[in-house]
Amino acid sequence: MTSPTIRALGALIIVFVIGLIFNADGAFLKWGTHRDMLRAVSVYGLLACGMTLVIITGGIDLSVGSILGISAVSFSLFCIHFSWPFYIAIIACLLIGLACGAASGLIISRFNIQPFIATLAMMVFARGLAKWMSGGQKISTAVQQADGTYKYVPVPDVFNFINSKILWNNISVVTIIFLICLLVSAVLLIKLRPGRYIYAIGGNEEAARLSGVPVNAVKILTYAMSGLFCAVAGICQASQELQGDPEAGFTYELSAIAMVVIGGTSLRGGRGGIWLTLLGVLTIGYLEKILSINAVGEDKRLMLTGAIIVAAVLLQKTKK
Amino acid sequence: MSRISKSFGPVEVLADVNLDLYPGEVHILAGENGAGKSTLMKILGGVHTDYSGKIKIEGKETDFKSVQDATEAGVSIIHQELSLIGSLNVAENIFLGKEKSSYQWLDKSHMVEYSKGILKNFGLDIDPKRAVDEFPIGIQQMIEIAKALAFNAKIIVMDEPTSALTEPEVKKLFKIIDQLKEQGCSIVYITHKMEEIYSIADRITVLRDGEYIGTETAGNLPCEKLIQWMVGRELSQQFPRHTPHIGNVRLQANNIFVPAASTNPAPRVGNVSFSVKAGEILSIAGLQGSGNSELLNGIFGTYGKDTKGSVEIDGEKYKIDSPSKSIQRGLALLTNDRKSNGLVMDLSIIKNSTLACLPCYSRCFWLRPADERKAAKETTESLKLKAESLNQEVDSLSGGNQQKVVMAKWMQTNPKVLLLDEPTRGVDIGAKHEIYELMNQWTKDGIAIVLITSEMPELLAMSDRIMVMHRGKVTAQFSREEATQEKVLSAALGKRKPA
Repeated sequence: MTSPTIRALGALIIVFVIGLIFNADGAFLKWGTHRDMLRAVSVYGLLACGMTLVIITGGIDLSVGSILGISAVSFSLFCIHFSWPFYIAIIACLLIGLACGAASGLIISRFNIQPFIATLAMMVFARGLAKWMSGGQKISTAVQQADGTYKYVPVPDVFNFINSKILWNNISVVTIIFLICLLVSAVLLIKLRPGRYIYAIGGNEEAARLSGVPVNAVKILTYAMSGLFCAVAGICQASQELQGDPEAGFTYELSAIAMVVIGGTSLRGGRGGIWLTLLGVLTIGYLEKILSINAVGEDKRLMLTGAIIVAAVLLQKTKK
Repeated sequence: MSRISKSFGPVEVLADVNLDLYPGEVHILAGENGAGKSTLMKILGGVHTDYSGKIKIEGKETDFKSVQDATEAGVSIIHQELSLIGSLNVAENIFLGKEKSSYQWLDKSHMVEYSKGILKNFGLDIDPKRAVDEFPIGIQQMIEIAKALAFNAKIIVMDEPTSALTEPEVKKLFKIIDQLKEQGCSIVYITHKMEEIYSIADRITVLRDGEYIGTETAGNLPCEKLIQWMVGRELSQQFPRHTPHIGNVRLQANNIFVPAASTNPAPRVGNVSFSVKAGEILSIAGLQGSGNSELLNGIFGTYGKDTKGSVEIDGEKYKIDSPSKSIQRGLALLTNDRKSNGLVMDLSIIKNSTLACLPCYSRCFWLRPADERKAAKETTESLKLKAESLNQEVDSLSGGNQQKVVMAKWMQTNPKVLLLDEPTRGVDIGAKHEIYELMNQWTKDGIAIVLITSEMPELLAMSDRIMVMHRGKVTAQFSREEATQEKVLSAALGKRKPA
């Protein structure tokens, strides 16, 4: 396990050193830059946590962006329109995410449908659900009244809290939430029995099945966990944008997959880890940040990111 | 082909083998599993290119670098498994890699017409524009044969072509073989069925353990002599089977039925019953396709509820369900292919060895690595597994040590019945001996063992009883004293033991 870690760490260090060189008149040397980078990648990082679990089983989850969208819409709806207490709204959103993920897992394991297809279907379905729930509108603090006029309601406290920075303005709450979810994933993968089964299924599903591993249950759990992390990401996203956008999370699945792969988790399954994904998240985060503080346009940023993904994966491949 | 030798790593699988073919003859290549028949044919077909020896075709020495070279020289091989692409149509399959085209523009109508003609020659009146997977397996097999013969093959190798064919289809095939003989083709025919050998053979060449035994015309090689040639080795190896301590019936399997797989219309196992007692080793002998391996897999629950029949362990009767339920009931299955379904190659020795019994090493869901390490250490030490570290990935271990990891995994589940499917396959001599000793130890501890092995000396020396299967049915049962190589092989070839 050391060698992929060293490789992923190497990639991160290279990017970091580039940042030190092109530091945009010292902007890269300020903690605020790093804090903002961490804030910006946290939502993607949450999706990447679930994606890592799924990819280690040898699967893929294309529905993460859409589930994020549903969660963002529901959270805004529950908090702003229904005025539910924040903890009930959070629990309800988490349950919705969990259910969507579990549904994907059920379709994949029970009916033996390829993860790519099943989660593609969930991606489309969940986006539709998000639009239906929101009536196609962004759910914001401008609430339409019975007479057709808009009235601005105050932003719910929970939005403001999640969107705030703590520890004397040094770290964002969303980053803390991301790190907690990262830790939860790490415990699941390294310390708990289902985690071992996740690796075994990705490494050799048939051998695992013949060793009595409850393959179907573990797969459902894995996709459900991914759905849960998506829901958390949706809550964070809604809080940051102060609204629930039914389009939220569009194409985020691709960024999440890129982060996992750059970390060095193999798409074949069976190999990889959550700490590798953290390195992948930071690598992409820093890359984007360095390019943006140096005022590189979005066009060049996207092209460079594409090239970096290929380079990083080639670097991982050299071993075999 | 003269003095052909071939090694896989340090293992020599063919040693100075000769084979000559005359035009217009059917030449049977006979031998037990692992005798080297398929390897020899893969050399002829250009699949294996690193061998020593010479191949001459019509007096000209050849040196095939690829399958294409061999095809161009007129060698065509019909493999046991179908190599058709189901989604393409019949004509596209026949012309695969040899498409008729002008400037990359396919001449479809020509290919369809040509295919139709070829198929008609075989008495197959089917539309070549239909996709291959719309046809039943028997027809697909005939299409495969038609494909092999479509382009002027001079030498045709058929590796068990009838295993998926029904009786009338076999007759049809034999008629085609007669036609091909008249056209001057040489046919190499590999089969495990005695009646086929004598209904079409002109000459027979026998291989045994990679060595050339002899060639004789079919008339001069009666059945008894053929079997003698196939098995006639000395039982020189030392096998350490001690006197068994036979106890009560541990496993009773009743009317086990495993339905057909998608590639073959015949049921894989048809209503087989047997029992094994504590401390006993029962061997289930059989050649390829006999269904012995499928029988063990069926009992273990590999095919889930598709397997019909009931099983009793220590008198407790139940319906076959799933591998995890079977493990809880005290069954353990060592599969015949540890790489594809026995081990997770990317995981460490410890993690592989505890995989079947992980709940034993975790409280609620928390794993207890110290307990896992302790258990893995104990079991692997008792199996004399050699490894630098228990954290080593099993990928880096030798075959024998990998097999011991699989055994360690099953020992940790405290099985009552061990189903061992080729436990010594791909294992060096030293490790083999250790595995035999382990089997003795297990029977002493009261475990019942069901063994499958394709090595005849191992079979005869290690079993207390032998049950022989042929095409999914039991053809004979022998006690340890009754069994001889000849008796077992002739039952495995489908001859029923006179009652």
